[in-house]
Amino acid sequence: MLFTSYGFIAFLIVLFALYYLIPRRFQWLLLLIADALFYYCAGWQGLVFMAATVTVAWASTNLMSSSLAKQKSFLSSPPGKELSREERKAVKKQGEKYRKRIFILALVLDLGILAALKYTNFVIHNVNSLFGANIAGVDWLLPLGISFYTFQTVSYIIDVYWEKTEAEKNILRVALFTSFFPLLIQGPISRFGDLSRTLFAEHEPDFKQISFGLQRIIWGYFKKLVIADRLLAAVTTLCGDPTLYTGAYVFFGAMFYAAELYADFTGGIDITIGIAQVLGIRVQENFIRPFFSRNIAEYWRRWHISMGTWFKDYIFYPLSVAPWLLKLSKAARKKISDSFGRKLSVYVSTIITWFLTGLWHGAAWNFVVWGLLNAVFILAAEEFKPLSHRFRTKHERLVSSFGYRVFETLRTFLLVSSFRILDCYRDVAVSFKAFFSVFTDFNWGSAFGDLLNIGLSAGDYIIAGIGVVMMFTVSCIQEKHGEVRELIWQKKLLPYVLFTLLVLAVLVFGAYGVGYDSAQFIYNQF
Amino acid sequence: MNELLEILEDIAPDVDFESCDTLIDDGYLESLDIVSIIAELSDAYDITIPAREIIPENFNSAEAMYSMVLRLMDE
Repeated sequence: MLFTSYGFIAFLIVLFALYYLIPRRFQWLLLLIADALFYYCAGWQGLVFMAATVTVAWASTNLMSSSLAKQKSFLSSPPGKELSREERKAVKKQGEKYRKRIFILALVLDLGILAALKYTNFVIHNVNSLFGANIAGVDWLLPLGISFYTFQTVSYIIDVYWEKTEAEKNILRVALFTSFFPLLIQGPISRFGDLSRTLFAEHEPDFKQISFGLQRIIWGYFKKLVIADRLLAAVTTLCGDPTLYTGAYVFFGAMFYAAELYADFTGGIDITIGIAQVLGIRVQENFIRPFFSRNIAEYWRRWHISMGTWFKDYIFYPLSVAPWLLKLSKAARKKISDSFGRKLSVYVSTIITWFLTGLWHGAAWNFVVWGLLNAVFILAAEEFKPLSHRFRTKHERLVSSFGYRVFETLRTFLLVSSFRILDCYRDVAVSFKAFFSVFTDFNWGSAFGDLLNIGLSAGDYIIAGIGVVMMFTVSCIQEKHGEVRELIWQKKLLPYVLFTLLVLAVLVFGAYGVGYDSAQFIYNQF
Repeated sequence: MNELLEILEDIAPDVDFESCDTLIDDGYLESLDIVSIIAELSDAYDITIPAREIIPENFNSAEAMYSMVLRLMDE
């Protein structure tokens, strides 16, 4: 069931109505039924894998939790004589060992399902290429949203193991956390501690929150259907023939893709957070106007935040404090140089984290290279920090000017857009060739002349252009004044007028056509 | 505490470690700084800082980091 299908709209209307009609204590159960229905529409087989993930998460967290409770109770009132410090340590160590075993087993099972279903063909393909083997690929189902819900449950298991979150005893609640349908398509990857506060609570209808939620949903549909799906035609044309469309065409393709991806992904997240808001459920934000970032590290603190923090908390930090890496750093400090040894753990952790981030996006080398490019530029920026600091101190007036701010923002935007060429062409060699052709094939004249022959009419440019300007204006207002809906809410009729206009805009200017079939969200494939 | 302050100032010379208690919340320290701090603290105090300890509350101020170090030395 696509977010952009009429069936989904009908599903939402029925759900919203029932949600506030039934006794409040059953609201979360209704959501669970809705999840099952939503997921069933994507194929019942996916439900089996999700049930396995839920069972692993529920069983492992409860086993760890009961072991910890037993340990605490034993230490607080030990039978017989008082325990010595060493004896207490031994009891703790024994408990930790047991919990660690369960924890590792749970991660292996949980991530094993994801790895087997998503990466088997990638491994087979690489083994065949490397060793000239002829192993046949597998045709296994990839359940809807598996990357997102697996990461969500893995974070829950780790948080319980780290004693950051209490284990949930009710398996149905764990199932709801794992399968909450608005989050399944493209996140945000939520934490149990955050989401559970409102997910299982009883909610009375709140007119303002419901209005805000509906406004956000329609704004999301506007971005997706009016802007992203319209630009998709140009991106498909330009990236579809890399031998014909070189030079300036690649530049235009990258710009169209930047706008399309932003509208598609943030639009989808707007719909997700809007649905949750109507239901009274608080979901964390996934974007803070990323294209206003001044450097790549800041960009990653603003774009797909839930994924960035997931990798930071569960991969980057644990890796960087891993005893083997700290030992390696120490040895490097003694044997090579102090400064090299100091940086070693940061560098190794960053590179591995970005390698895995790339792999998470897709089982293909273009994603891996994309991840590693991010790592290289983040580390390069770190290396140039002292130089940058000296420059900033020396030219304080210049760097605080508006012009310099625009320069930094544009530089970051062009950099991340260049990386995304790897995503457009899905082939490393083709992507690099296309990128370098921008600097060698000076075909700007013919590219400009061809703008009306790449799948977009003059009307499409006007509509998409107005849409992009609207997104930019809203972002500027948010950057300067905060929540736009709060500002509009102060005016009496304005929220209703704008809402109606947006609904009309989606209906009239949505990228529908003969035999219309809305494109799937880009991030859904990850 | 003075030794700890020296370590911190060496890693991030621009940050006011003596008075700031929102080092993480207000973004004065980035993840790369935190990892460098952890490596230095582990080395200087011969402790193991597990991943579960990497939470804002333990790194928001020099004092919080010092308390964490003392606690881990005791364990």
